[in-house]
Amino acid sequence: MPVTVSVPTLRRYGKPLVFVALLLPALWLAYNWWLAFQYQPNALGFNPQEASNRFTGDWTLRMLLITLAITPLSKLLKSPKPILFRRMIGLYAFFYGCLHIISYVWLDKYFAWGELWADILKRIYITVGMTAFLLLIPLAVTSTKGWVRRLKAKRWQKLHKLVYATGVLAIFHFVMMRKGFQLEPLIYGAILAGLFAARLPAAIKRRRRQAAA
Amino acid sequence: MLIKSRESWEEGEASVTPEKIYLNRRRFMKSGLMGGLAAGLAMSLPAFASDDRVLKPLNFRHTDFDPGETMTPYNAVTGYNNYYEFGTHKDDPAKNAWQLRPAPWSVKVDGMVEKKGTFGVEDLVDYAALEERIYRHRCVEAWSMVIPWVGVPLASILKKLGPESGAKYVAFETLADRKQMPGIRWPVLDWPYREGLRMDEAMNDLAFVAVGLYGKELPNQNGAPLRLVVPWKYGFKSIKSIVRIHFTDTKPKTSWNMSAPNEYGFYSNVNPEVDHPRWSQKRERRIGEFGRRKTLMFNGYGDKVASLYTGMDLRANF
Repeated sequence: MPVTVSVPTLRRYGKPLVFVALLLPALWLAYNWWLAFQYQPNALGFNPQEASNRFTGDWTLRMLLITLAITPLSKLLKSPKPILFRRMIGLYAFFYGCLHIISYVWLDKYFAWGELWADILKRIYITVGMTAFLLLIPLAVTSTKGWVRRLKAKRWQKLHKLVYATGVLAIFHFVMMRKGFQLEPLIYGAILAGLFAARLPAAIKRRRRQAAA
Repeated sequence: MLIKSRESWEEGEASVTPEKIYLNRRRFMKSGLMGGLAAGLAMSLPAFASDDRVLKPLNFRHTDFDPGETMTPYNAVTGYNNYYEFGTHKDDPAKNAWQLRPAPWSVKVDGMVEKKGTFGVEDLVDYAALEERIYRHRCVEAWSMVIPWVGVPLASILKKLGPESGAKYVAFETLADRKQMPGIRWPVLDWPYREGLRMDEAMNDLAFVAVGLYGKELPNQNGAPLRLVVPWKYGFKSIKSIVRIHFTDTKPKTSWNMSAPNEYGFYSNVNPEVDHPRWSQKRERRIGEFGRRKTLMFNGYGDKVASLYTGMDLRANF
């Protein structure tokens, strides 16, 4: 399937469009919190803290999954063009992860640092979630062209494989956070597994090539 | 013979909108309004309450059971629920529970009890003796409400049934009907939902069976037609839409304990000193408040129930 849109067009119009689209959930959340603080009707429901913890967590996971879908997508389309959007969407995953933590630390726990620290140490699902987030920090920092140059492509690529670990940990965080045996986290898990499976043939080929060399 | 000639503007019986659909109109209007905390609570729109049945007002007497705290507004009590048989999101029960048919209803009574058999709600609950009790409600998820229930003491029902002297526990089951409860299709828990109390807990004056709230019949999402209310325990002990009462001499299996025995004990008394493995139980969010408030031992009902547990290690028997 050929991609007919040219690279310059994608850069000029595609990127701003995607940028705005992926910002919309955050704007929606900010707008509703602004309403809540004004005692105005809003869409956050009866437990707005719980609602925004979940909302930001969901969107972090979605951004992660979209980021991880870029490489399989460009293989499927036989075009490198989707890669143009990968860094931006990856940074959005980090951005929504930051909102998730702000929601938890500020809105939910209201800076009760002692309690927060105890949570991170004692509650395995929070330890797992926090680790998933921390692993994203070096990736966000080294996402610039300058860092790609400084690290050299090979080492940079190796470092950015950390996103796989974040993906797995984030899914675990989600599964562990729900009560009982729930379907929704498993759907996210199945999508992640699918995206890993899509990488398998290429990984095997690479392994074989290395073994032959 | 009287022949009725129909005027052109008169509608035939068949074209009348059924009551159910007519009432669903409210759901429609509500979905657009699904209001926020601040607004919802400030205005507490009673006209958009999430009831699709016409909820009859009940006759009841007031009691001293009143913590004197601000009551959680009706739309929060009926719009923010954990009732996994109707879905796992908090607004799922309000959306889906209209599918439940709370009447006619029958409760099976069996085990170590004199009066075994099948009973209607009216056989168990004395509607002439209904009372209102305003109780704090503390969910294991660390949020809480204050709810004016209408019902009768659980002991009044149990005594009527006549437990045998050997019966040490009383167990309850919730309806598990795939046709009425869409959440049953996925095994979030091992359905039917099960709960239980030790006999002395069940006989305690605080243990209550609610058939109403805010002066009217229970909405479906709150456990119509009858549910348990055990205010010194986490909310999940207060089993909804009861279809079976079983008397036994062995500790009954309870759903959340079966699902995660390290997280949910049989007793599940509200206890700020014993954390849930995944979160602290020291503080709770009262629905409608921004910050968290301190959780009280036995949810503040220690004077009435602490004696039930003297000599017991509440850390081990969580």
